[in-house]
Amino acid sequence: MTVMKSFLGAAATLALCAGAALAEPALIYDLGGKFDKSFNEAAYNGAQRWADETGNSFRDIELQSEAQREQALRRFAEAGMNPVVTTGFSMSTPIANVAGDYPDTKFVTIDGYVDPEEHPNVKSILFSEHQGSYLVGMLAAMASDSGTVGFVGGMDIPLIRKFACGYAQGVKAVNPDATVIANMTGTTPAAWNDPVKGSELATAQISQGADVIFAAAGGTGLGVLQTAADEDILSIGVDSNQNYLHPGKVLTSMLKRVDVATYDAMTAGPDLETGVEVLGLAENGVGYALDDNNKDLITDEMKSAAEEAKQKIIDGEIEVHDYSSDDSCPALSF
Amino acid sequence: MDRMPGWADAVLVPLISLLLAAILSALVILAIGENPIDALQLMVEGTLMRSAGWGYMLYYATNFMFTGLAVAVAFHARLFNIGGEGQAMIGGLGVALVCLYIPFPHWTLALLGATAGAIVFGAAWALIPAYLQAKRGSHIVITTIMFNFIAAALLNYVLVNLLKPVGAMDPASATFPATTHLPSFQDMFATADTPLFRGSPANVSFFLALAACVVVWLLIWRTRLGYEIRSQGFSESAAKYAGISPVRVIVIAMLISGGLAGMMAINTTQGEAERLILNMTEGAGFIGIAVALMGRNHPFGIFLAAMLFGFLYQGGAELALWTNIPRELITVIQALVILFTGALDNMVRMPLERVFLGLRRRDAR
Repeated sequence: MTVMKSFLGAAATLALCAGAALAEPALIYDLGGKFDKSFNEAAYNGAQRWADETGNSFRDIELQSEAQREQALRRFAEAGMNPVVTTGFSMSTPIANVAGDYPDTKFVTIDGYVDPEEHPNVKSILFSEHQGSYLVGMLAAMASDSGTVGFVGGMDIPLIRKFACGYAQGVKAVNPDATVIANMTGTTPAAWNDPVKGSELATAQISQGADVIFAAAGGTGLGVLQTAADEDILSIGVDSNQNYLHPGKVLTSMLKRVDVATYDAMTAGPDLETGVEVLGLAENGVGYALDDNNKDLITDEMKSAAEEAKQKIIDGEIEVHDYSSDDSCPALSF
Repeated sequence: MDRMPGWADAVLVPLISLLLAAILSALVILAIGENPIDALQLMVEGTLMRSAGWGYMLYYATNFMFTGLAVAVAFHARLFNIGGEGQAMIGGLGVALVCLYIPFPHWTLALLGATAGAIVFGAAWALIPAYLQAKRGSHIVITTIMFNFIAAALLNYVLVNLLKPVGAMDPASATFPATTHLPSFQDMFATADTPLFRGSPANVSFFLALAACVVVWLLIWRTRLGYEIRSQGFSESAAKYAGISPVRVIVIAMLISGGLAGMMAINTTQGEAERLILNMTEGAGFIGIAVALMGRNHPFGIFLAAMLFGFLYQGGAELALWTNIPRELITVIQALVILFTGALDNMVRMPLERVFLGLRRRDAR
């Protein structure tokens, strides 16, 4: 009996040690994959920066199928990984299913929403994409000579309409007579990774007179940016800073600091504060990119106008309409 | 007799094929700087040493059994049905419509209703290629693969425009009512003290798949219709001479095949997701071809092959979780097994046959 007891005790100690040794964060990418040069890659960059700075490591997985969503969450949680960070709104339902079984694990859903009352161990991180899009919309209108600007969205979902609506409002704020042409690539997740279609949509918008095109379309946007550069007009990147892809041809990028959100979550570690967090201009969660690649495209005048609007949005003087608040847009019809 | 013994054909050929695939996979894993023995150990531990691992393996195996049987039934009539993917998608639509719009009082009735929905929708999707093959001679391979694309587009349209709840981001239907939820293995076998199959998706439709194996065996080898299907497969002209209508057999075999492929959706749609999602088939329609080839179109062989592929899928997920092997290479490993057991079958069989014949000749001397 005593032998058995000490054996069990040893086993328990071992198990505890194993758990403690594995208390590293985990990152689950959405089906788009780790290196999409946009949304998921931003999360990877944030995690990698955390790993480089702290010398710690993290686990990550690229999902292959729908059934793996819950599986990956459970396996990481069972292995004692904390927090488990996920990207993409599709993860919110699986997290809601799983979170209750692992009350000691913190889950983070970037772009998703899980009810904090029901699941106190989940952090939902949302971005005020409409605010950032408003600013790049202003820059687009100021850079445009033709008075016609374009928008290419990925999958036609409320989230992307939120981008388009903020963008159109920014354009109209600078030039009320401007025309905004908005197209969506498709209605399925395949629309996130269809650069050929993105290129076709860009060509169609150029033929209608657009001379600045904002692509909020994940991997599809790469085709838009490429075509814009080939046709010698300007484009606007999204999520990550994409200015470097075609230096001097990308006006700016609408930054969505998924990398910062991931970095912060991993830095906080198991003590992460849960709940719903909305990252807007005030929190530097969204913004526009300025670097060496586009310094000749953004004049001081444009920059000061954008900075002024940014301050007004933070102070509440300008109210940018959020499409997802009422599923409608005053500046653009879809 | 210039053939090798049946046991060698059924056991030795798949085993050697598997071994070859394993060796090649090991080389691939070595080439990217990981340890293949550790990888195998990880796959075995994550799948066979945990009840939740079994739960995932059996969940995948359920899909593969249905689609494997679907391919096998058509194959017995010498019809190559590669439209399992599309038939399963439309079957899923049938399951979803039944579950969403018929108020079932209990899951047993819901299972019956969903099975009927899956069979009718899946079979209907196979009917048009079957008719075109039987009456017009349009090749079934071409028509069924085309119908996969049509099914994908149709499902896409229905989900986005008709079934998606207002304001939702995902192209998916609403969640089915609670009374249609099938009991999972966790509900059936786990007790408070032993949390078996925790969180894994295997559910009661696994037993439905086992039953389907038995029914298909009875159908093919113990009924008049099965005899007709096999006669058609061996020789259409002989079957015709014996008074068997090719049109009738082709259409019926394809209807059964489509129905079986559609039944796969019970597992993924009603059993796991509990709502209709866009990529609910997860490629199982195509894996079914490999499963049927490896299982020699016999239900028992299909059962074993489905288990193997279930193991590969769940093991692949474990690799993705705990190693740095990228998901593309995991797909490569799975594809190698399919290539060797399915497509390169003769590469192993022919030399093996020569060995057996050589041995026999020496015995005869």
